[in-house]
Amino acid sequence: MRYFARFFVVILSVIAVAPLVWHGISSVKPAAEVTRIPVTLVPAHPTLSNYAELFGRRAFFSYCLNSAVIAALASIICLACSSLASYRLARVTAQVRSLISSALLVVAFFPPIVFLLPLYEIIRAVRLVNHPWGLIIPYAALNLPMATLLLTGYFQQIPEELEEAAAMDGLTPFQTYSRIILPLAAPALVTTGILVFIFSWNEFMFALTFMNLESTKTVTVGIATLSGAFAEQVPWGLLAAGVVASSVPLIVFVLFLQRRIVAGLTAGARN
Amino acid sequence: MKRYAWFIPALVLVTAVLVYPALRTLALSFFHLSLGNGFRLEFGGLDNFVRLVGDSRFRASLVVTGFFTIVSVTIEFILGLLLALAVNGFVRYQGVVRTTLLVPWTLPTAIIAVLWGWIFNDQYGVLNELLIRSGVLHSPIAWLAGPNTAMAAIILADVWKTVPFVFIILLAGLQRIPQDLYEALEMDGAGAWAKFRYVTWPYLMPFVFVSLTFRIIQAFSIFDLVYVMTGGGPGGATETVSVYAYQTLMRYLDLGYGSTIVVATVLLLATVALGLYALLVRRYERLF
Repeated sequence: MRYFARFFVVILSVIAVAPLVWHGISSVKPAAEVTRIPVTLVPAHPTLSNYAELFGRRAFFSYCLNSAVIAALASIICLACSSLASYRLARVTAQVRSLISSALLVVAFFPPIVFLLPLYEIIRAVRLVNHPWGLIIPYAALNLPMATLLLTGYFQQIPEELEEAAAMDGLTPFQTYSRIILPLAAPALVTTGILVFIFSWNEFMFALTFMNLESTKTVTVGIATLSGAFAEQVPWGLLAAGVVASSVPLIVFVLFLQRRIVAGLTAGARN
Repeated sequence: MKRYAWFIPALVLVTAVLVYPALRTLALSFFHLSLGNGFRLEFGGLDNFVRLVGDSRFRASLVVTGFFTIVSVTIEFILGLLLALAVNGFVRYQGVVRTTLLVPWTLPTAIIAVLWGWIFNDQYGVLNELLIRSGVLHSPIAWLAGPNTAMAAIILADVWKTVPFVFIILLAGLQRIPQDLYEALEMDGAGAWAKFRYVTWPYLMPFVFVSLTFRIIQAFSIFDLVYVMTGGGPGGATETVSVYAYQTLMRYLDLGYGSTIVVATVLLLATVALGLYALLVRRYERLF
């Protein structure tokens, strides 16, 4: 049983990384070798030409920069709005809190396509199509219900006596929040921020609809539409390089912040 | 600072980006507004819903979505549960395993679609190569060109991405079960199955429902994977309701009818979710 269980875990772990490893291998093959039949499992002539093309001739670096700026600003705005709301939400009566939490949960579960068309109308009306803010605001809002639920759970654990003490020392409620509560909640803010960042970095449908210039595309849309330009001859080596290069930031995230991500996911599940 | 002032930024954001658009989609579902009528807003009452009932493409997309949801969530749940039990009971380096397994879940779905799309490629894909070399296949299969194999490919890619999610949630549940319960059962001479049946499963139940609810709702709204991997093809064999709605809205520019598809999908999803919730509440009351 013990050995069977370990074997099972090892097999699934291998399957979890094998497709990425395969793309890593393919990305360093020269164009002729990528499409050679039979497929070579080890590159005969490793080359970085695919990466050179990706970063040099393609707008890949700008895709990444767009995604990074959009995801980072969306996370910050989302955290600012949700932490204010959840701090108060943690201090209302249990009845009100469960009512608002249920409403947030319902909104969080709506398929994103529900918001797509009217949001596009708004964004076009305020001339934010192909503009980073056209995605930053929607992403901040889309993740707000989840962030608020996560943070409320954390703020509830902070003892109220702390606020009473701060009030005695003459701090206004907002000063208490910004100088005492927020620093205490730093771990929860980081966890929530990481999740919002990942979800924003990964979003596809809004990015596909609101950004259609090569210079404003995010990384998901950029890679997904990379092959479109070559109807017949798909540049597989280039695609493989794109997959690997756009996965690296997330893999680094996971390596360093695995504990935080897991904490965020499970806290969300408990609430 | 007034009490309610704390909620204003969040409220403004949610109203502008979520609540208003959702209401507008609901309203548009009763109107005609399309490229065909020159984008003139005309009230149509239930016209769009009548059209929806007779729309075979919508029915087909519902079947595709339902099939995809049931099959992929079942597989994900079974694998995730087995994995959580195995890691919780028999694995020492849990951090390493969790990190490794978390990688597929954090990758963007659109990128995962590109990744698996190439693995399933009929000519240069590594899957055909491996299957032929190991003697399972004689000639390559054009996975994404056949209706059944394309669906299988999408399910596989989705399973690959989301087993880690189920695993993480269930592992967290397992680690919160008090160990002395198992010891008490052991004293009574209970075997592994009895321990699972009378301690593990009931304690895990809330986590089971959370992970299943999340997964069912997400699977039912799947868009990225299908749109990038097959575009809904071949011949609509993998077209889910979200993809059909997207095409109707953004490609055919039939904004009224597209909204109707979205509204109908949400209503169906809400019914399923409410059913699950009712089940959850009943279970909870019985178990705790």
